[in-house]
Amino acid sequence: MIDIIDARGLSCPQPVLMTLDKIKSDDKREFIVIVDTVTSRENILRAANSKGWKPADMQTNGEEYKITLKKK
Amino acid sequence: MTRLKNLFATQWGIITVGILIGAFATLLQKLGNPANMGICVACFERDIAGAIGLHRAGVVQYIRPEIIGFVLGSLAAAYMAKDFRARTGSAPVVRFVLGVFAMIGALVFLGCPWRALLRLAGGDANAILGLLGLAAGVWIGTLFLKKGYSLGRTQATHAASGWIFPLIMLGLLMLLILYPGIEGEPKNNIIFYSVKGPGAMYAPLIVSLGIGLLIGVMAQRSRFCTMGALRDLILFKQTHLFLGITALVVSALIFNIIYGQFHPGFENQPIAHSLHFWNAAGMVLAGLAFALAGGCPGRQLILSGEGDGDAAIFVIGMIAGAAFSHNFGLASSPKGIGPNGAAAVIIGLAVCLLIGFTMRKRT
Repeated sequence: MIDIIDARGLSCPQPVLMTLDKIKSDDKREFIVIVDTVTSRENILRAANSKGWKPADMQTNGEEYKITLKKK
Repeated sequence: MTRLKNLFATQWGIITVGILIGAFATLLQKLGNPANMGICVACFERDIAGAIGLHRAGVVQYIRPEIIGFVLGSLAAAYMAKDFRARTGSAPVVRFVLGVFAMIGALVFLGCPWRALLRLAGGDANAILGLLGLAAGVWIGTLFLKKGYSLGRTQATHAASGWIFPLIMLGLLMLLILYPGIEGEPKNNIIFYSVKGPGAMYAPLIVSLGIGLLIGVMAQRSRFCTMGALRDLILFKQTHLFLGITALVVSALIFNIIYGQFHPGFENQPIAHSLHFWNAAGMVLAGLAFALAGGCPGRQLILSGEGDGDAAIFVIGMIAGAAFSHNFGLASSPKGIGPNGAAAVIIGLAVCLLIGFTMRKRT
């Protein structure tokens, strides 16, 4: 079961903090983050990239973004 | 738009936006805005509060078109990029209070972070104290964030709800256009106008509004934020937004030198005082309030334009805070801090610390 971080509706920089905490604490090499603003999506991708993670998949229904992050 | 959006969100995008804001701000000064105040979100919201009579400090009353432009530019950019999200409900009353104290702190220093950068670029060394204070305030904020500080989630709401604040701005613009100032008169039959002082210094309406709209669009696309620049640097060692504010300072410095607007030193700086401790302390309060609310005053205006009702409440809090500042003798002037400014900074810090300590997400 892949872990899901639900950062919808949270203001900056909480989605990034949650993502980085997960990256730091997790032994798995893959998890999903859900956000609801483009700003949060960009911030998460930038932060993840700086830690050597990349988006493996990104889905949107126009209101939310479901990003699957994987360790490079 | 997709390509344009990606362009603004890149490193060169944010640097370009910083350069352009610095260029436009110094141009506005050349065209009539007060010195080192081409753009100051706190000062300009304070002027709006005065223009609608929420305070009666006669020298700072004018409906600043730049503020209106930021919000409406952001609204337009958000719609074009399908970025508009009407949302609200993340502890609005707390955001109102943070807005009030953010403004009180900013008016003890005499400027928002944008103006602090512009003051630095104009040679005003007092800005260094303000910026150090700002960084200290933001740093305290990051400690709370690391401990799980959160004002909770927003909820999606009616699109029309996201339009309310931009419509308020449109209303102010109508007032400004339909009821222009009368030469030498402090008031027409609706709104107040300064006849002297900073409130009487402004660039032509169309230029101010045009530049405001342009900056609104660029800031929305790039997420330019002065508080975020410091926060991300402290919290994540990320320099993305910091490059933007650095570009702003360098650009404004170059244009100030070209325009003959660069005057280095501590003393006799325009609309500034040299009480080092209070310059720093005011901005500690403001920086902490910005960090707890998730954005600098400029960023909050941009968020208000893209549908964020909580950011709009923060802005309304800042406008109310400006009224308190001038009605209660909290705001500074070139002569020094207001009679009750020190007490207000201490109370504000206590309130912000209380908010930081008590509002954590349950784990």
